[in-house]
Amino acid sequence: MPDEMLHLPMVNSLLERHKGTPGALLPILHEIQAGIGYIPDAAIPEIAHALNQSQAEIRGVISFYHDFRTAPPARHILRLCRAESCKSRGAEQLAAQLRDRLQLDDHGSSADGSISLRPVYCLGACACSPALELDGQVHARLSTERLDALLDACREDV
Amino acid sequence: MSLYLSCDSLARAVGADAVASALASQDLQRTSSRGLYWLEPLLEVDSPQGRIGFGPLTAADVPSVLDALRGEPSSHPLALGLVEELPYLKSQQRLLFARAGITRPLSLDDYRAHGGFEGLTRAVTIGGDETATAVFDSGLRGRGGAAFPAGIKWRTVRATQAAQKYIVCNADEGDSGTFADRMLMEGDPFLLIEGMAIAGITVGASYGYIYVRSEYPQAIATLNEALEIARTNGYLGANVGGSGLAFDMEVRVGAGAYICGEETALLDSLEGKRGIVRAKPPIPALQGLFGLPTLVHNVLTLASVPLILAKGAQFYRDYGMGRSLGTMPFQLAGNIRRGGLVERAFGLTLRELVEDYGGGTASGRPLKAAQVGGPLGAWVPPSQFDTPLDYEAFAGIGAMLGHGGVVVADDSLDMAHMARFAMQFCAEESCGKCTPCRIGSTRGVEVIDRLLAAPDQSGRDEQVIILKDLCDTLQYGSLCALGGMVSFPVASALKYFPADFGLQSSEADQ
Repeated sequence: MPDEMLHLPMVNSLLERHKGTPGALLPILHEIQAGIGYIPDAAIPEIAHALNQSQAEIRGVISFYHDFRTAPPARHILRLCRAESCKSRGAEQLAAQLRDRLQLDDHGSSADGSISLRPVYCLGACACSPALELDGQVHARLSTERLDALLDACREDV
Repeated sequence: MSLYLSCDSLARAVGADAVASALASQDLQRTSSRGLYWLEPLLEVDSPQGRIGFGPLTAADVPSVLDALRGEPSSHPLALGLVEELPYLKSQQRLLFARAGITRPLSLDDYRAHGGFEGLTRAVTIGGDETATAVFDSGLRGRGGAAFPAGIKWRTVRATQAAQKYIVCNADEGDSGTFADRMLMEGDPFLLIEGMAIAGITVGASYGYIYVRSEYPQAIATLNEALEIARTNGYLGANVGGSGLAFDMEVRVGAGAYICGEETALLDSLEGKRGIVRAKPPIPALQGLFGLPTLVHNVLTLASVPLILAKGAQFYRDYGMGRSLGTMPFQLAGNIRRGGLVERAFGLTLRELVEDYGGGTASGRPLKAAQVGGPLGAWVPPSQFDTPLDYEAFAGIGAMLGHGGVVVADDSLDMAHMARFAMQFCAEESCGKCTPCRIGSTRGVEVIDRLLAAPDQSGRDEQVIILKDLCDTLQYGSLCALGGMVSFPVASALKYFPADFGLQSSEADQ
């Protein structure tokens, strides 16, 4: 993809900066994703070359960790906590509400590109379950009404 | 008149920032959280007797609170009186969380005014041998869950010769129901830095890493700022606290893999690899990060060290019972009326914790069970709630204390669903290195599905036998605690709540 090539100067400058950092791959991937929104395919040979590793090793690391994306995300990223504490306070009902309202499964992106849904297993908000994270912001003590209000706000700015 | 409001991420997740905006013109300090989360956002105000509190507040309550402060504060419906006299807090033994809710996280002055860096000063004065001995004598055990005696690790790493050694802090707090690490990193970051600096100069490690899960962005940002402040003030760098020894460290961010909370997977992740569990031996104390001697500890373990040095090993071991010494920050979560942090010496019972502190379920429905120690901990039925919270006592009932997290459930939670979820989670998060965990977890989901779908008793009996057999294989055949302990929530759910699986109690017991 020609678009991805536009990111290469940024990728190469951060690779240069991490030269000599021991175990630099995760910080590199985090920085690329923070800057571009995902890890473009075109970056992989550059990373592999800089770290003197095979492309397979780099892809293996990217696919191992849930956080790393290889495609651009939707405008909003909603992660509903599905772990034990939140389940004990109705997280499964909220998950059903999300599936129903967004017509998505637990890992989907809406057709208009406005919202991506992902499960997360614990946000450390367990004393005030249930919780979700919307665009990096945690919301706890959720109710169906509050979830609806958050979704409405996401829809409005599309 | 100073006002205090927490900047803890959970306080913010329930509206503390909106309350702060409504208080815009006031002299407001953003402190750490008391851990009384059911009262957050909790506004505290100086009074001649001490800080008085109001909570849980919304921004809409702010004008009436300010009115009450001009007249009779206790007349406000959300007035709580003196915060430190609240029974929930007053009856706690806050050693590790002594500053929680009192100090501003990034104020070095606040930290020093409340005992900060006394432990490091002491460690520099008495030297490495005596410091390692103090840690050993305190009886401190690893707070991450495994409860291994910390002093043994310190002595091992200290005695090992190498050109480079490391301190690694495991801050990959992925267990549902636990949030004490997050609270400490967000609220009292210098305490962790001080603990790691003491560890570094004691065992001869000149560099450290804090591996924080990516789900905790505020902890990451706070630690990074605190590291810079500590460095500028001579607590990190070439001459740590005037010791003549060098120690520095950095924060590394995880990437959403639960298995990286396992210490050897964490080390692989720090090295820039997939988080794959290593076979032990060699133990990390001898061959850890990049193959070099590494002291790996949980956040709370390292943060306990400054206090042990400042007050002495004997002071610390006077708390607790049996071989579980010191205090433990228990975390009350799930379907609980008063969720929050309860730091007490080991030995109080689960019932005291859940009923006296927690006030029972939030829903008001009957209590069904509590899962203690995270997703790999057993579901404990109320009939066992009089068990003292102590590592050995919990092991004695086939459960585990782990990191001290307690998730409470009411009678509406389906334990068959939770057992299936435990297997499914294990399948999702397995690193894939050992067969029992990689394959067994998926087979576990399938067996539970077949058990729930079985049309008759003989069909159910057959699946129960297979499930128990599978649990045994996982428990005894897995390389690490993920596969090794996923049988705890599954087997306990089956044993104590057979009806949720469509079984008579006799069927599950055979």
